[in-house]
Amino acid sequence: MLHLPLEPQQIQRVKTLAREIAAQVQDFIDLHSSDSSERTVLRLYGVDGVTEDGVPLPNRLVELLRESRLIESGVSRAFAAAMIKTGLGASETAQALHEGTIRFSELKSIPADLVINKEKELCQRAISLLDRSRKVKREKAQKFGNPSYPWRYLIVASGNIFEDRTQARSAAFSGADVIAVIRSTAQSLLDYIPFGATTEGFGGTYATQENFRIMRSALDEVSQDLKRYVRLTNYSSGLCMAEIAACAAIEDLDMLLNDSMYGILFRDINMKRTFVDQYFSRMICGRAKIVINTGEDNYLTTSDAIDKAYTVTASQLINEAMGHNALLSDDLLGLGHAFEINPKIKNQLLYEVSHAQLARQLFPSAPLKYMPATKHKSTDIFFSHVMDTLFNLVTIATKQGIHLAGMATEAIHTPLMQDRYKSLANTNYVFNAAADFGSEFQIRPDGFIAKRAQQVLDEAEACLIKVHEVGLMQAISEGQFADTYRSKDGGKGLSGVFAKAIDYSNPILAQIKAEGMME
Amino acid sequence: MSDNLIKPYGDTLNDGVVQLSFTLPIEASARARKAAEAYVAKLNFEEISVAHYKKIADGFTYFVVYARAIPVLDYNHIQAQEVESKGMDYYEINKQIAEKFGRKLNVVGATIGTDAHTVGIDAIMNMKGWDGNYGLERYSEMNAYNMGAQIPSETLLAKAIEVKADAILVSQTVTQKDSHIRNFTEFMELVEAENLRKNFILLIGGPRITNEMAIEMGYDAGFGPGTKPSNVAEYILTRLMEKQGLSR
Ligand code: B12
Repeated sequence: MLHLPLEPQQIQRVKTLAREIAAQVQDFIDLHSSDSSERTVLRLYGVDGVTEDGVPLPNRLVELLRESRLIESGVSRAFAAAMIKTGLGASETAQALHEGTIRFSELKSIPADLVINKEKELCQRAISLLDRSRKVKREKAQKFGNPSYPWRYLIVASGNIFEDRTQARSAAFSGADVIAVIRSTAQSLLDYIPFGATTEGFGGTYATQENFRIMRSALDEVSQDLKRYVRLTNYSSGLCMAEIAACAAIEDLDMLLNDSMYGILFRDINMKRTFVDQYFSRMICGRAKIVINTGEDNYLTTSDAIDKAYTVTASQLINEAMGHNALLSDDLLGLGHAFEINPKIKNQLLYEVSHAQLARQLFPSAPLKYMPATKHKSTDIFFSHVMDTLFNLVTIATKQGIHLAGMATEAIHTPLMQDRYKSLANTNYVFNAAADFGSEFQIRPDGFIAKRAQQVLDEAEACLIKVHEVGLMQAISEGQFADTYRSKDGGKGLSGVFAKAIDYSNPILAQIKAEGMME
Repeated sequence: MSDNLIKPYGDTLNDGVVQLSFTLPIEASARARKAAEAYVAKLNFEEISVAHYKKIADGFTYFVVYARAIPVLDYNHIQAQEVESKGMDYYEINKQIAEKFGRKLNVVGATIGTDAHTVGIDAIMNMKGWDGNYGLERYSEMNAYNMGAQIPSETLLAKAIEVKADAILVSQTVTQKDSHIRNFTEFMELVEAENLRKNFILLIGGPRITNEMAIEMGYDAGFGPGTKPSNVAEYILTRLMEKQGLSR
């Protein structure tokens, strides 16, 4: 079996460093909340829909709360009081607040014990939504049949949810285990979730709750036909991380792209905002059993995949630690990495095996998300197809968890239906032809692969020591990851972050935390 | 000029052999195969051979087809406007700038609109450059300002005005639904509305960009895949000399 001779003490050391780095960030997180986190609470309390101007009601309400200068206490209690005042349901109460027939600032007279009881009731509703989703998914996997790892992960990105649905059916037919609907180009910068079914996106399709529902129900039919549970994933990233996680849980999504640093590095979203939002989003994912996919693969598009391989490892360790803080169990940690070394490099394949095996051994129970070559894909689609064959071999040999199928046309356009078919034909071939490849070979303890892995781990340790010294926020502002520099107070969305007041309340977070990791 | 008639080459001159692959929205069957053949005939091919077809979803079939193209083309009638380059290097370009202008040239660049891709513009502008070829920031005779990605057109133009830019570099990677065309056009309209077109050399670039496309939209030049920073620096130098009536 492929196995690297890593020192257990060193693994201990890097995990401890990562845990302590995450703990520092957690201290900041625990003292803060954000507009989008508050909107998440409202969504889980049952507030949905848009105003006559198309503003989502959760946005409208949080705006009103800010105008009333009550945001620091959180929306939960204020909304509970509003519901007592109206005596109506969540949506009707939201409507009344929007129309101004009741105001957040005029609810002080309502007795505290009544408010707290109402809040408990709402929180129960929220938690039961998440618990229901967890159970529904488990039942479906049992009923339809749960594919074994590596899961074949295919993207659809037509911009039109109905066209996506057609493409998803086709991909599942050719063997896809997971369908990812890529989001429209600028969605991560929207400080709200668009509403309803959408047919107009660029480089992807808008993530909306209705689009989630349309795709999940199509995949339920497909799973029934194929006797194999086909999973659905989308993006919990950008300015609405936790809100999207909530919508995803409500619609029984199985996975979410969810990284503690991606938005900061690749979309210039403020880091404080991101850290606060990723925490709540992950708490939701843990409770609803949504697998997260982290984004380390992206580092290798802006940095060199050999020189900066250690940044992937260091970031995986940090993402794992932050995931554990948010009560994600190991089976939900789809830590990311990628096959992104320049194909002109001699022994590219040995480097890739080394890096992939290192990730495998550092996180033995995590369904690692392994990404194909992208940056060095050629517009010669035939060459690119061959590159994917080697990628497929590394996946199966090193037993990766989630395999993002590479596209021959990666350097040209978002995939066509036939691109997915060809990719899956390649993947299916290699996964079968090399099914037990990884169990039959051993890694020479003094050879290239073992030495290379040791070097990456040593460099990752040195990196973590540095990050530990200055703190993660400072390290990011010094360009430690992806060769990208982001300042603590720069980027988008900082104005939506606030320090919690002494009477702040978010009972959903509190209950998830109190009840711990889910089985 | 005599005709220079050409056709695709398979293994004999003018055999016209072309390989095609495509998907039709029909169920795989003998009839589907016939449909593929008939369709390729409509595209002006003969000796059509459907080498492979396969169902790839309910109601969709994928085809691999070989066929011989019928039309010929007179190559003498084909013209393309490539960016001319003498292959000047970093040292030569710096030297010439110093000699001809006696001041540093100012260059501002960004990826505009909601496009978040920076690797292309960074390759041209950042110190490190691309493929061992130094980026514009490194040029001693240039002040290069790389604003990064997701930059609104207004912000890019404001910066160019602020630093008295000689050249503005605009990058676009996402092309789905022609979003790059829209963004480039929007930027050009903004520059023209401010009556500033003649103040700047305007360059565009990205993986799907051609020089022709740039010229069509009113830019000075366009650069595609494989562009080296020195190609861009040389272009800025020679174009500026041309604009100011300086001899080469
Ligand atoms: C790296 C990458 C990313 C990284 C970008 C990181 C970063 N900071 O830049 C990340 C992961 C963040 C990313 C995100 C997305 N990406 Co992307 N990405 C790529 C990838 C893999 C490589 C692009 C690259 O860096 N090439 C290397 C550079 C050096 O080449 P270049 O850009 O062509 O630049 C050269 C020349 O063109 C020229 N040049 C470029 N600009 C300029 C400007 C001037 C003035 C001049 C003179 C020259 C010049 O000089 C450069 C050096 O020679 C490509 C696939 C591929 N292999 O091409 C997809 C790709 C470009 N991405 C794509 C998409 C759709 C996206 C997303 C929209 C996906 C989504 N829905 O979220 C998002 C973008 C979101 C947004 N807001 O824009 C599509 C675009 C499809 C299309 N044609 O529209 C591609 C082709 C992948 C695909 N097949 O689907 N991406």
